[in-house]
Amino acid sequence: MEVFELTLADLRRALRRGDLSAGEATRACLERIARLDPLLHAFLYVAAERALAEAERADRRLRAARRSADDLPPLLGVPMAVKDVLVVEGMPCTAGSKILEGFLPPFTATAVRRLQEAGAIVIGKTNTDEFAMGSSTENSAYGPTRNPWALDRVPGGSSGGSAAAVAARLVPAALGSDTGGSVRQPAAFCGLTGLKPTYGRVSRYGLIAYGSSLDCVGPLARTAEDAALLFALLAGRDPLDSTSADLPLTLPDLEAASTSRPLRGLRIGVPDEYFVAGIQPEVEAGVRAAVEALAGLGAEVCPIRLPHTEYALPVYYILAPAEASANLARYDGIRYGPRLAGASPQEVMARTRGQRFGAEVERRIMLGTYALSRGYYEAYYAQAQKVRTLIRRDFEAAFERVDLIAAPVAPTTAFPLGAHRDDPLSMYLEDIYTLPANLAGVPGLAFPVGFDDQGLPLSMQLMAAPFREDLLLLAAHAYQQVADWHRRAPRLEGGAPQN
Amino acid sequence: MQSSARFCVMGEKMSYEAVIGLEIHAELATRSKMFCACPVVDPQEAAPNTAVCPVCAGMPGTLPVVNAAAVEYGVRVALALGCEVNPRSLFARKNYFYPDLPKGYQISQYEQPLARNGRLVIHTAAGEKTIRIRRVHLEEDTGKLTHLGPDRSLVDLNRAGVPLLEIVTEPDFRAAEEVRLYAQALRAILRYLGVNSGDLQKGALRIEPNISLRPMGSQTFGTKVEIKNLNSFRALERAVAYEIERQAQRLEAGEAVQQVTMGWDEDRQVTVLQRVKEGEDDYRYFPEPDLPPLVLEAAWIEGLRASLPELPEGRARRFVEQYGLTAYTAGVLVEEKAVADYFEEAACHLSASVAPRALANWISVDLFGLMNQAGVSAEQIPVPAAELAELVSLVEAGRINPGSGREVLAEMFRNGRGAAEIVRQRGLEQVSDADFIARLVSETLAEHPAEAASFRAGKVTVLNWLFGQVMRKSQGRANPQIVRQELEKQLGNQ
Repeated sequence: MEVFELTLADLRRALRRGDLSAGEATRACLERIARLDPLLHAFLYVAAERALAEAERADRRLRAARRSADDLPPLLGVPMAVKDVLVVEGMPCTAGSKILEGFLPPFTATAVRRLQEAGAIVIGKTNTDEFAMGSSTENSAYGPTRNPWALDRVPGGSSGGSAAAVAARLVPAALGSDTGGSVRQPAAFCGLTGLKPTYGRVSRYGLIAYGSSLDCVGPLARTAEDAALLFALLAGRDPLDSTSADLPLTLPDLEAASTSRPLRGLRIGVPDEYFVAGIQPEVEAGVRAAVEALAGLGAEVCPIRLPHTEYALPVYYILAPAEASANLARYDGIRYGPRLAGASPQEVMARTRGQRFGAEVERRIMLGTYALSRGYYEAYYAQAQKVRTLIRRDFEAAFERVDLIAAPVAPTTAFPLGAHRDDPLSMYLEDIYTLPANLAGVPGLAFPVGFDDQGLPLSMQLMAAPFREDLLLLAAHAYQQVADWHRRAPRLEGGAPQN
Repeated sequence: MQSSARFCVMGEKMSYEAVIGLEIHAELATRSKMFCACPVVDPQEAAPNTAVCPVCAGMPGTLPVVNAAAVEYGVRVALALGCEVNPRSLFARKNYFYPDLPKGYQISQYEQPLARNGRLVIHTAAGEKTIRIRRVHLEEDTGKLTHLGPDRSLVDLNRAGVPLLEIVTEPDFRAAEEVRLYAQALRAILRYLGVNSGDLQKGALRIEPNISLRPMGSQTFGTKVEIKNLNSFRALERAVAYEIERQAQRLEAGEAVQQVTMGWDEDRQVTVLQRVKEGEDDYRYFPEPDLPPLVLEAAWIEGLRASLPELPEGRARRFVEQYGLTAYTAGVLVEEKAVADYFEEAACHLSASVAPRALANWISVDLFGLMNQAGVSAEQIPVPAAELAELVSLVEAGRINPGSGREVLAEMFRNGRGAAEIVRQRGLEQVSDADFIARLVSETLAEHPAEAASFRAGKVTVLNWLFGQVMRKSQGRANPQIVRQELEKQLGNQ
């Protein structure tokens, strides 16, 4: 088996046993990035030298530990990629935008720091829609990323770079961020397991803000086991993020998943509102088949209602842009990033922003500014907050009856590049199944459940009550013990990708 | 102080009433900033941009964390002002672009402020007046711009993120004097609580009045004008008075008052236009998603209320009752906590027979005079309180006369030596010996027979001149009262 074929858990075991060195693992990733990333454009920055130096340090510790049987940090020597909306000290960070071109952050995001403290090596920064605003990674100012399963298709977004990098086996796992589906939808399009944790479960400190009340950092991995491993390290209270939760972490007992009927006692609800006109038949069929499989593992399945689902899209497109309009006000060219000349400070700021932001970012800033303006605030922002509460209550009511909600991740499989180019609204509709979890703050997990007739990954989403990520990971892991969709890899070398 | 401006309009008397509200921004003297761990530094001493971190510089990915000390300071002020403290308040974003505002929004409080509905009583010449306080809320300060030229400005972020407490009154003021008295009283409270330096010059306390005029008796409000850049109480009072006059003249001339922000020009003693407001600014406030609601437990608030120190108002009342001071003198003494403390310490050392009122007068007249002259603050009075008590006791006991006392105090102020020691060295002890004084008087009258004669001829004012001569002869040591009695006696006898 080639190094790049190892899952995170496998790689970790191999490093500990000494079957493989961190240097070898890192070089294998760098070599694969050098060879394949020109096709994909998953990376915006690769920190080759720094990664190799860190690998060398990791290897010294690994060798020493094998002699003395010391406790080792859980991810020691494991290379990973990080979406370019999470700052890493000393690595350029752009958030996919020209307005941050050349910006070198002076600190590291808490989520990344936790992985580094666990021994992980950040090998590079991955492509994203500008400021995470998009569902295809086509809104990156540095060019789109391509889907490893079909190079003429998008990898999803906005964490498309991370998804493509993991799916193409350039790295064993990566971090993404999910404001309206930006971890789950690219995970779905690329055949990965992607977790959006509960809002507040993982620190947002160092995550470049888009919609602050919705933003979540989450892992993109090949298996639920890998996602669980990363989630356990990412989760926890951070004194630097006042919205991070101070709650004990329940971790799934993945060992229990290999028993017979491991999901016995788990109730899964299937909401009618998520299977509506416009859904690709294979997507629906895939989800329904996976629900059957979960039932086969012991889960009880019943229909449920989430009656306010249809309002999620308009609510999201008021609240997220409103928050973004303030979050992106700091990019004025005064303190960092490029600055355009002007006759007055106001002109400097206006020209810098006018020329350096992309069209989608401008559109959302204008939407948000409008929604917050005097005379419109009540009708838009305040009203949207009220409806958000109704959506949250839908979930609260549902989780009184069921433990998990099963749904599609997106209405379609990966679509061709440029498919929504001239129609932002049709692009927004890509997120209709993922937005509700962000609005309600509940955790969601996407994992592969098959392939469509084009050979593109099919995916299912599970959602759980706040802070019950353990149930999501347990169910997906149990599924992955009886299915092998997650083991399939796109073929990028020597011909068209296939499953 | 005149409370309204009167002008002749079309031959009839038209009078206006000024309606004034006040916004005060007080920097809270916490160790660290409002939302990060950066130290709060003296703006005039620290080099630019040396107290800045990614959070207060508005770097991408940073988040605010509320400084608990700032909340505590804010609540203490709110309680001292008799406010209702909200058990749950919200932070909000106030959005606007300016190069000194790193995030492009200021974190402030809007719909649910820290506290509401307070009051502060001021003592005007016309009596007590209660000023209602509308709200007290927490926010962060901006950075500072220095303009080097038309195309070059520097940004210093040392001040960005310093905790500010905004205290907003109802439009309850009708005259400039009231505004000044309120500002002074509020400053005294802030300093008693130890939450603010009270330094207007350095901008630690920023007072912004808004002023409108309306016809006397009207219930509607006129167009209001804001004044900024006021860095002394004198400037505050003058600027408000000037602005009332300016608006009255405009109204009288049939012109409308424009909604503008004016600045105070200290050199020319006039208000000057700073910014024209085109309608209300739209700051697009919305709740700050990065901060959960600020929830304060009732027990914690009550604990703070119980631990509030004695405040100027209460202390002044006690001074009147306990020491028999006039309300005026008590008010003067309590304005600075250090002065009030000094007074009380000195009062402990006063002889039982001496009235504290005398001590109070020595402090509020003579000592204040010396302090003003030397530019010495209340914290740095070079005369130990016990020594001042000794001096006052000496004067009150008639051991030295008041004139000598003032000289002694000046010397004590200069070199910190004790009162008794100076009196002894300089031989200033007052002489009340009747025989000695009688001899001085008779000698003086013998030396100036013409003046003595003119007194007897009815020119009584010459008595003072003769008194001066006797005092000079005694080198200022003679008891002035006995001298006067003896002088009258001898002139009458002859």
